[in-house]
Amino acid sequence: MSVTPVTDQTFTEQVLQSDKPVVVDFWAEWCGPCRMVSPILEELSNEHGDKVSFVKLNVDENPQTAASYRVTSIPTLNVYSGGQVVKQIIGARPKSAILAELSDYV
Amino acid sequence: MSDDIRDVIIIGSGPAGYTAAVYAARARLQPLVLEGSVTAGGALMNTTEVENFPGFAEGVMGPELMDQMRRQAERFGADLVTDDAVEMSLQGPVKTVVDGSGRTYRARTVILCMGSGYRELGLPEEKRLSGHGVSWCATCDGFFFRDQEIAVVGGGDSAMEEATFLTRFASRVHVIHRRDQLRASKVMQERALSDPKITVHWNSSVVGIHGDEKLSGIRLADTVTQEQRDLAVTGLFIAIGHDPRSELVRDQVALDPEGYVLVDAPSTRTDLPGVFAAGDLVDHTYRQAVTAAGTGCAAALDAERYLATLADSRPAEHPVAV
Repeated sequence: MSVTPVTDQTFTEQVLQSDKPVVVDFWAEWCGPCRMVSPILEELSNEHGDKVSFVKLNVDENPQTAASYRVTSIPTLNVYSGGQVVKQIIGARPKSAILAELSDYV
Repeated sequence: MSDDIRDVIIIGSGPAGYTAAVYAARARLQPLVLEGSVTAGGALMNTTEVENFPGFAEGVMGPELMDQMRRQAERFGADLVTDDAVEMSLQGPVKTVVDGSGRTYRARTVILCMGSGYRELGLPEEKRLSGHGVSWCATCDGFFFRDQEIAVVGGGDSAMEEATFLTRFASRVHVIHRRDQLRASKVMQERALSDPKITVHWNSSVVGIHGDEKLSGIRLADTVTQEQRDLAVTGLFIAIGHDPRSELVRDQVALDPEGYVLVDAPSTRTDLPGVFAAGDLVDHTYRQAVTAAGTGCAAALDAERYLATLADSRPAEHPVAV
């Protein structure tokens, strides 16, 4: 499963109302460290996509969602479960560290 | 784990690591590059326009430059692994390196290019508010501070570049510097000091960071009079310098008192045979992309020469192509 994009318009339906936990990657084109994280999320999505959805939100094109969750640094990974943020991972981290943070959900 | 003994392993992937990889690959040494899991591309991944790398008359974006170097290394057959070195054993004729996934690699030479990491202020609130107003990456986070007042700490080129870049978004950028003059190059200083959105606070150091869930302000102390004052800012960008990433080899190769790897300049030889070092891990004087690339090239040539010497002293039935 690949990491699909979500937008300000689709965020409620695809993230908040999802019946699975969702990891949202807040990213942008101009962010160097985001480029490090996206291939890691692609791998995690392939390996654990059955239990957790992985999506990405471009903060340039979707400023409302980023602002309403007070994202002021990217990459930020927010984990949503039942419509709530249950975990936040700020900054680029190795795959093993991201996986450890997600251990409750995968 | 592979039983093969390689010729060259390169640790790190900034301009030094990739340039070493290009040269070693073209010398048919089939280098393995441990690029780093989140540090691949090195410090330039966090910059915007690089204006002083020769050959780019109109400038080039830092991440684009690194992507080009990476592809150049790959084109000549370098094996790129996007993982960290977590353990190294550098003594003896065959060196071993273990990566973050537990794979072990062996080689006759190792080129150390781990670069440097951001220096922290060392204040208790710094970590807690990191990502909530405190940042080490203006290009990543500046966007979120549109029409807000923010501060940049530092007086070098990185601080000036960040301050100038951040004026695109912020309503005002306060530069906090502990001395009464800047360390930055003339062109960067002039650009920053002439910007109407930038205010420089001379002789000032950050002694406190305020905010519960997000940054609300910082406390400054005058380094001459000790007088303290608060500055209301929603963003704090820390650009006070770098420290070499030499922890992993600290007990194996000779370092200077600041932690930089010592080399037998102008060569890139460390005090261990077959171990070479290049880039910001070694250099506290120049610290430029082009000087890092230059020493990366030198390290690959030094390693090639060392391997040739090994081949000469080995029995004839084991010729090694170099």
